[in-house]
Amino acid sequence: MTELESSLDRLEVNQDRKLSLDDLRRFHYLYDRTAAGLAKVSSLAAEPETRRYLESLIARAYGEVHETRDRQHRFSPLVWFFQTLPQTFRRHVRAFWLSTAITVLGAIFGGFAVAYDPEAKAAVMPEMFANHLGDPTERVAQEERDRDSPSAGSMSSFSAQLMVNNISVSIRAMAFGMTWGIGTILLLFYNGVILGVIAVDYVQAGQTVFLLGWLLPHGSIELPAIVMGGQAGLMLASALIGWGRRTTLRERFRAIAPDLTTLISGIALMLVWAGLVEAFFSQYHEPTLPYAVKIAFGATELLLLCLFLGRCGKKTDVDSKTISGSANP
Amino acid sequence: MNRTNTLQIRTPEGIVFSQLLAGPISRFLAWGIDFCIIAAATTVLSVVFIMLDLISAGFGQAIGLLVQFVLMIGYGIGFEWFKNGQTIGKRVLRLRVIDLQGLRMKPSQVVIRNLLRFVDMLPVFYLVGGLACIINRRGQRLGDLAANTIVVRIPRISEPDLDQLVAGKFNSLRHYPHLEARLRQRVSAQEAALALQALVRRDSLEPQARVQLFADIANHFRAKVDFPTEATEGIADEQYVRNVVDSLYRVNRSARKPEPEVVATAS
Repeated sequence: MTELESSLDRLEVNQDRKLSLDDLRRFHYLYDRTAAGLAKVSSLAAEPETRRYLESLIARAYGEVHETRDRQHRFSPLVWFFQTLPQTFRRHVRAFWLSTAITVLGAIFGGFAVAYDPEAKAAVMPEMFANHLGDPTERVAQEERDRDSPSAGSMSSFSAQLMVNNISVSIRAMAFGMTWGIGTILLLFYNGVILGVIAVDYVQAGQTVFLLGWLLPHGSIELPAIVMGGQAGLMLASALIGWGRRTTLRERFRAIAPDLTTLISGIALMLVWAGLVEAFFSQYHEPTLPYAVKIAFGATELLLLCLFLGRCGKKTDVDSKTISGSANP
Repeated sequence: MNRTNTLQIRTPEGIVFSQLLAGPISRFLAWGIDFCIIAAATTVLSVVFIMLDLISAGFGQAIGLLVQFVLMIGYGIGFEWFKNGQTIGKRVLRLRVIDLQGLRMKPSQVVIRNLLRFVDMLPVFYLVGGLACIINRRGQRLGDLAANTIVVRIPRISEPDLDQLVAGKFNSLRHYPHLEARLRQRVSAQEAALALQALVRRDSLEPQARVQLFADIANHFRAKVDFPTEATEGIADEQYVRNVVDSLYRVNRSARKPEPEVVATAS
């Protein structure tokens, strides 16, 4: 085994291994020599076995020598959460508004459908919402009558199902961006339709307070998270289409990759929280838990989310002056 | 559709090398192995979760559901990030995911190519991803396209044993450095490469063809430079060619190492 090959084996086994300056110089020297050998063998068009061997060495060493990833950078979860995530969201806020508009359109469509044709409810509701197919007033009465607290285990199981389902939906909303955004738009629109159908159904039955008390605690986080999934999908679609941009497809994808990762990670965190709230808080109704408390809790969450996404990580005036002062002393 | 099975990469030093692209079948097999591993891990862990369920009904089910989901999403991300672009299935089939420019993947690339499996696996068994892989000239599924990654084959290529061909053998021509210098001057690079190639492939030749070939090559070199009889007497044609190749490729390296130029990196 050659020296370069054994060095590469060691580096590949232990990726975080730091070479000393001498080892680094030696590694680079060996890489240069092998590259020179390959150039020589290639120009002679001889000896395919040696050429293949040198190529395999160069291919492996190239990745190590030209590695641009910053291994020294320490990931700080707090900085990521309070700065990177809201900044990333704001950088692509137009995609978020578009995603919201599609969901709202779906909700209006669903609302009108169920307002003019109550039979439409059964046609558009998926199986997992089967308990909403009946009369909302009866459901509210049943929920308020049923005062037996579910066990912690069953709530945990329900919570896990919600998390898995909602995170999957958000990832799909992002991934479907690769269908030129068509899949993302359909998914957002359909989510909006379900929301509109349920909302209008309960409002028509005079159960607006119950609806808000039931939906707001988890929905104030869950719905924006899924819309943010759509935002990520629309960003992906925009990069794929590249309308009016001079950059290549490869450059466009490379530019948005870190932002997509940041958004989808933030969405997953939001949906874990929403899943916990939905299972352990939203399912309690009056008289166990007053609707006013639930609505206030949900409204507070929504307000905090708006402040977090809208204001967090913004440069303060003091920071701006410090930065401009240091740039122009 | 201009499909190729290699990706040519030019280094900043101007050296061009190629990466062998993995085909859809080998990738599907690697995925099959990974799928079996995830299924096996889930099955084993489900026993633990059933026991947790005995403590509190539903609790084990909750943990089981979450672990299954995390395994499904996190398996590819974890292995490809920490194991340099290789899951267990890819390792078995000697495949690796790399950046389109031949570099290691960044974390965002690993995450995106794995999350976009949700669209690649539609409608069943990665049909969308498989079709994209066949259509794309670099064999990229949609996740690879968005993450700027490719899957390459990394066959284990052992070091060619050139030492057996030229170095370490007694070379009677070495006693005549001025004639060796003349030989290097008169022999072209193509002629030297041809002689080296003949030596490398000598074992794959028919015995009679091998004798004839080396006789022709030896006569060709004898015509170039006339070495004294004591240097060539009793030497078979093949040994004479080997001596000539040793003399030709030993140039510029005698002061540093006795090995041939192309294996100067040998430890």
